Amino acid sequence: MIFKILMGKEEHQRIVITGVGLTAPNGNNLQEFRANVLAGVSGVRDYDIRYFGPTYAGLCDFDALKHQKRKEVRTGTRAGSIACYCAGEALADAGLAVGRDVSPDRVGVFLGLTEHGNVETEEQIYEISQHEYKVSYWSHYHNPRTVANSPAGAVTVNLGVTGPHYCIGAACAAGNLGCVNGVQQLLLDEVDLALAGGVSESPRTFGIFAAFKAENSLAHDAASAATASRPFDAARNGIVISEGGAIFVLERLDHARSRGAKIYGEIVGYHYNSDATDMALPNAERQSQCMRRALARAGLKPQEVSLVNTHATGTVLGDAIECEAIREVFQDCPDTFINNTKGFIGHCMGAAGALELAANLPSFDDRLVHHCLNVQSLDERCQLPNLVLDSPKKVDNFEVILNNSFGMYGINCVLIVKKYHA
Amino acid sequence: MTRDEIHQAVVDILSDIVDDVDWASFGLEDNLKGKLESMDFLDVIMELRKLYGIEVPEADYGHFATMKGCIDYLEPHLASK
Repeated sequence: MIFKILMGKEEHQRIVITGVGLTAPNGNNLQEFRANVLAGVSGVRDYDIRYFGPTYAGLCDFDALKHQKRKEVRTGTRAGSIACYCAGEALADAGLAVGRDVSPDRVGVFLGLTEHGNVETEEQIYEISQHEYKVSYWSHYHNPRTVANSPAGAVTVNLGVTGPHYCIGAACAAGNLGCVNGVQQLLLDEVDLALAGGVSESPRTFGIFAAFKAENSLAHDAASAATASRPFDAARNGIVISEGGAIFVLERLDHARSRGAKIYGEIVGYHYNSDATDMALPNAERQSQCMRRALARAGLKPQEVSLVNTHATGTVLGDAIECEAIREVFQDCPDTFINNTKGFIGHCMGAAGALELAANLPSFDDRLVHHCLNVQSLDERCQLPNLVLDSPKKVDNFEVILNNSFGMYGINCVLIVKKYHA
Repeated sequence: MTRDEIHQAVVDILSDIVDDVDWASFGLEDNLKGKLESMDFLDVIMELRKLYGIEVPEADYGHFATMKGCIDYLEPHLASK
């Protein structure tokens, strides 16, 4: 009896991924995304944006009307549309419908955002500039579009979810932190089902491009758009700004098993901390501490990690600093491989962590580690053992993904997902 | 603009805002409120401002209760357009 209770409690405290919905610059579902990553297909393209001019960006081409009404698209935001698409796809993938299979008040929506409101605000300022700056032309949708819970709220309205919803502002660590919040809400028994992940609409306004350029951190002068995003390459010169989203259906294991759910993996560890040193420059010591504490929560040694999916964005300093942090933790791990997903899709900002985790989840089944794209000449400061370059690598055993995400103001979030074993 | 042209202009605006109603055949005396949410109505006011430069004060919103009320209200504003 005691054994049964412990086993039951254990299952109640294990959180699994049972559905994936995503849109990336090179794929609108997990299968398409994974196939394009393995095939080396970039989703980055030439882009010209008002005020700024020609640059590169990763843009998505999902069908917004698949899960939203035309009016929802017109009155909402791009981030909201991405969120509704990803949430709808994730639920469909999990074989669930809110109201039919799970009570609407036991579903929660937890989405990470790098920023929100820039797109709408710039658009409205442009709009009134066309009318002699008369503020009577300012949209009455400005407030619902810019409140910080906007994309998650759009999902609740779209799906009829009446449980909790909020967005997590965590710069470019937000996608991972969205997942962490989903895990925590499930462990607190606030919900039975969490729609968790991150979204980004950032390429839809010029300000982020202009600011990264002013920081000398925007990718430029590449041979082609497809080669512009090149983390770890010696000639890298900055970030490619991208949009996208990834939302996971998370459940407690007992809930998932009771309905015979397909299980992608189990979230066994996480940690999030702060550098407390600089608003933009990362801190290797805090990053490695974050990885070690996530491993400790998971009860894993570094040697047990199959893959470290790096955050590296293609900036000169940021990539080198993360490599320093990884070296400190994984210096003696012959079976741990390392890769990066941004070469294929650019930096999807608040969606990055969740999307990049999704890109690697199929490795539990196919044991393929996708490679880094666009590394023509590896920067010696980014030399790492088992960094997978040039082509995907088949490995003998694939059990654990450690997913890094780091953001401005030194927010770090590491997520660890393990292959599901009953 | 004639009354028929004003009617068509209102139908075009409403069709862009709420696309699941056949506004062309919507009764002239039927109540618009059941078909328009509060933000939809503000969309109508904004479109009149953008398309025709008409400023509708809040005190006049009541004129927009029916299609006929819209046309009646807009007719003097649009007669010369």
